[in-house]
Amino acid sequence: MITFDHVSKVYPNGVRGLTDISLTINDGDFVSIIGLSGAGKSTLLRSVNRLNDITGGDILIDGKSLTRANKRELKQIRRTIGLISQQFNLVKRSTVQKNVLSGKLGYYSTFKSVFGLFSKADYALCNEVLKKVELSDKLHERCDNLSGGQQQRVSIARTLFQEARIILADEPVASLDPATSQEILDELRKINRTMGKTVIVNIHSIALAKQYSDRILALQDGRLVFDGTPEALTPDVLQMVYKGNAFLNDEGAAHA
Amino acid sequence: MKIRDTVHFQWYKTLFVVVLLGLCLYTSIRATKADFGQLVTNIGQVNAFLTKLSHPDFNYLPRLVDPMVKTLKMSALGTVLGVLLAIPFAFLSTTVVTGNPVVTHVFRFFLNIIRTIPNLLLAALLVAIIGIGEATGVVTIAIFTFGVTSQLIFESIETIDYAPLEATAAVGANRLKTAVWAVWPQIASSVLSYTFYAFELNVRASAVLGYVGAGGIGVKLNEALGLFRYERVSVIILFIFVIVAVVDNVSESIRRRLK
Ligand SMILES: Nc1ncnc2c1ncn2[C@@H]1O[C@H](COP(=O)(O)OP(=O)(O)O)[C@@H](O)[C@H]1O
Ligand SMILES: [Mg+2]
Repeated sequence: MITFDHVSKVYPNGVRGLTDISLTINDGDFVSIIGLSGAGKSTLLRSVNRLNDITGGDILIDGKSLTRANKRELKQIRRTIGLISQQFNLVKRSTVQKNVLSGKLGYYSTFKSVFGLFSKADYALCNEVLKKVELSDKLHERCDNLSGGQQQRVSIARTLFQEARIILADEPVASLDPATSQEILDELRKINRTMGKTVIVNIHSIALAKQYSDRILALQDGRLVFDGTPEALTPDVLQMVYKGNAFLNDEGAAHA
Repeated sequence: MKIRDTVHFQWYKTLFVVVLLGLCLYTSIRATKADFGQLVTNIGQVNAFLTKLSHPDFNYLPRLVDPMVKTLKMSALGTVLGVLLAIPFAFLSTTVVTGNPVVTHVFRFFLNIIRTIPNLLLAALLVAIIGIGEATGVVTIAIFTFGVTSQLIFESIETIDYAPLEATAAVGANRLKTAVWAVWPQIASSVLSYTFYAFELNVRASAVLGYVGAGGIGVKLNEALGLFRYERVSVIILFIFVIVAVVDNVSESIRRRLK
């Protein structure tokens, strides 16, 4: 369970990233966050693993304060949270296998990490997660030889290998074509349903947000302006969220 | 047309520079008591020198193979040692890895100092400290390589893709793990390429280094010059030239393949 308790974030340059956000995300939820560019979606998501330090309020993960965690505790919490992003965050010159294995750097000692001394069980797990995302044949392929969709599947495999309970995805499909986007979200949905992992996705496509989520959050200028089911996300609400600028088409997709 | 409409509108600056250069030349001639007349009166010696130089004694060549192999060995060993030492220092000279601007600046300052020491001075100093011989050559080359490659390496660390670093931070990795798993794979091929580049430089430099007593082919050059055996000098120079050309070509083609 992730709890935001009156969370605010003011960047050092004075920009207000988040203002007084309070919400609770339950285990096993599939949550989408929508909003205009600059609304604070990335700021919110990245504060869940503290890649972003918040400046007010508190974030609790399973009742434990993330904000007050020390360096060591933070590293332990981070092991349980996977991050997927728009630009995949893979070492492109390294192989698929190496990128996946790097998901457990938080578990291994520095010595073992530096010399790549992974256990047999973890090599097996690596193969297993690659099978799940249908990339078994790419084990020793360098990531720069993969398509965008395949690279994103590698980064999903990495979070699975990491055995993260929470998966944060910051615009995971923003640089992918519509068909591949569906594939990636299907994958995340499957992981959410079959493995019970909490998934939080920042997404620009309202149609996709509605199709995949249990719950949708909408941000506007760092404030939470909508929190509800996909059905409750009516055109009126969208007009409000997108400040009347939404280019709503028949399917209700906004290309904001 | 007025002069201020032309490209020479700042003619007074040009004039100033010319006068200044003239003054410098004049005072340095006075200070060193140079005599251009000698250039003409000693032309006979130049002639003797050139005659001998243009008749290389190829019989001397077999006796040069051994020192040349030594020079190459010295360069190779020095290069490898220098690069191995440069890698950790380069990592510590980037904020990406240390996360601490003060540490970064201290290391950079140190590297800058190392780089300012001229090669020959370094060799001369080390000859005084360690003594004449190949070991001195190796250490000189290692230090020189360290200076050159550490800068090249930290510059390439600064141009890497930062996204994977976020990924390793996000899974709870510390800085050393991040350096090995997210930074190193991105710069490894550059480091190898810099190693070959440094080897090229070092083969060239080590020929001269021997001259101050740091071992290898340069020692032979020094001997031949001291004994006025210019027919040997020219063989040595030709030999060095050929070897340097071969090393450059081989290393360059390897480096091209690394890209
Ligand atoms: N590192 C930063 N420093 C200063 N301001 C930032 C930084 N990152 C984001 N911001 C600002 O915070 C606001 C929210 O940004 P972000 O969370 O990236 O929005 P979104 O992901 O919804 O597009 C924007 O106004 C943005 O300019
Ligand atoms: Mg964003």
